[in-house]
Amino acid sequence: MLTPIPDIVKFSYYMSRLVVIDYEAGNLTSVVRSLKALGVAGKVTQDPRVVKQATRLVFPGVGAAGKAMATLQRLGLDQALKDCFQAGIPILGICLGAQIILEHSEENDTPCLGLLPGRTRMLPLKPGIKIPHMGWNQVRFLRSHPVFQGLPETAEYYFVHSYYPDPGETMVLGLTDHGMEFPSALGRRNLVATQFHPEKSGRYGLQLLKNFLSWDGSDVE
Amino acid sequence: MLSKRIIPCLDVRDGRTTKGIKFQNNVDIGDPVAMARLYYEAGADELVFYDITASSDRRDIMIEVVRRVAAEIFIPFSVGGGIRTLQDMRAVLLAGAEKVSVNSAAILNPAIISQGAQAFGSQCIVLGMDVKRVALSRIIPSGYEMVIHGGRTPMGIDALWWAQEAVRLGAGEICLNSIDADGTQEGYELTLTRLISEAVPIPVIASGGAGVPDHLYQVLTVGRADAALIASMVHYGTYTIQEIKEYLGPRGVPVRLTW
Repeated sequence: MLTPIPDIVKFSYYMSRLVVIDYEAGNLTSVVRSLKALGVAGKVTQDPRVVKQATRLVFPGVGAAGKAMATLQRLGLDQALKDCFQAGIPILGICLGAQIILEHSEENDTPCLGLLPGRTRMLPLKPGIKIPHMGWNQVRFLRSHPVFQGLPETAEYYFVHSYYPDPGETMVLGLTDHGMEFPSALGRRNLVATQFHPEKSGRYGLQLLKNFLSWDGSDVE
Repeated sequence: MLSKRIIPCLDVRDGRTTKGIKFQNNVDIGDPVAMARLYYEAGADELVFYDITASSDRRDIMIEVVRRVAAEIFIPFSVGGGIRTLQDMRAVLLAGAEKVSVNSAAILNPAIISQGAQAFGSQCIVLGMDVKRVALSRIIPSGYEMVIHGGRTPMGIDALWWAQEAVRLGAGEICLNSIDADGTQEGYELTLTRLISEAVPIPVIASGGAGVPDHLYQVLTVGRADAALIASMVHYGTYTIQEIKEYLGPRGVPVRLTW
């Protein structure tokens, strides 16, 4: 006879329902591995029903905005993401996931999810400035946020991108300099997003992910 | 401001790291996973693994190394050597590498660059270039020629032209190795590095010739490189990555000093 599952176990399973959204935009291996290193098994899924049951969401991605949005729509993940944002569960966008949460992207002139107001723009071409912006750079945090707690000012994070998110001014949490100062950390309510890759940013990247895992998603404004 | 990257390069044969002098007399210096972890903790900004395993039926050993490395370090790393097909690229990337590097395979079949960029994104595709200084000629107007087989086979292709062609095909980064400087520890090939770096919009990693921290200073300033590959000078314990960065930082080269 099967032993009934105690409520406490059911509860902890529910609490740990961390979902990593797979919308065929790049390799999720390193995101999953870094979560695993923090002792958390993220469930990678393309299924909007699984996303809607998540208690915590990671929305990573690299690649082009046009194809990414098309895939999100085809899989029905666009609505699932909007529902999750409305429901107030903590969401972390990474790289492309920090761009297509805005209303529009210059990349392929793409209408995006619009979780936050704003547009994704191309980094300007300037002499001596290489595009893509690839490598380690600092983030000048503009105000405190639970997800960025305990990170030293001189810490650097790994970037690889040609476009940057330009949300409403009040949603910019941090700026980075590459030919111009662009928003590299943004957030509103239960959503926080980084243009850089915390999963590839060494010790401080892992610290950021750890902070996210214990964040209750409370309003930062 | 974007930091200049310091990148230890690990040559791997049959699952073990080696370091060659001019691609000959490789000396076994250890376990790639342990070394990766060591360099990660010591402040490496990225790592490059170059698989020099001779027989292709032993490639699975390298994939297993990549998988184990990916579980241990949380900085980007690339894998090159013996990457010939999209399947080879996919295997390496799914095992946890951030980038793949194609070298001779791209010269013999340039479409691999565009196919790779299309399938995985330009940011994953590094063009490895082995370059040798030659007399100026109609075929080699820059005076730098592409070579393969560790420098033994000249290809009759101009290095400057090839770098620009690879960008057009979708390469996201260039790892530029001077065969003349490689293994000498007498300094990078500054003229070549500057020539290529100024001619392409994508980042260039300088490779070959690093012996002392000043060599990195030269190639990251005069040579205009975005990153510098190092091997012997750290593998044999002559310098630590911290010592190199502490040399570069006060001289105005932006480097990551907090890790």
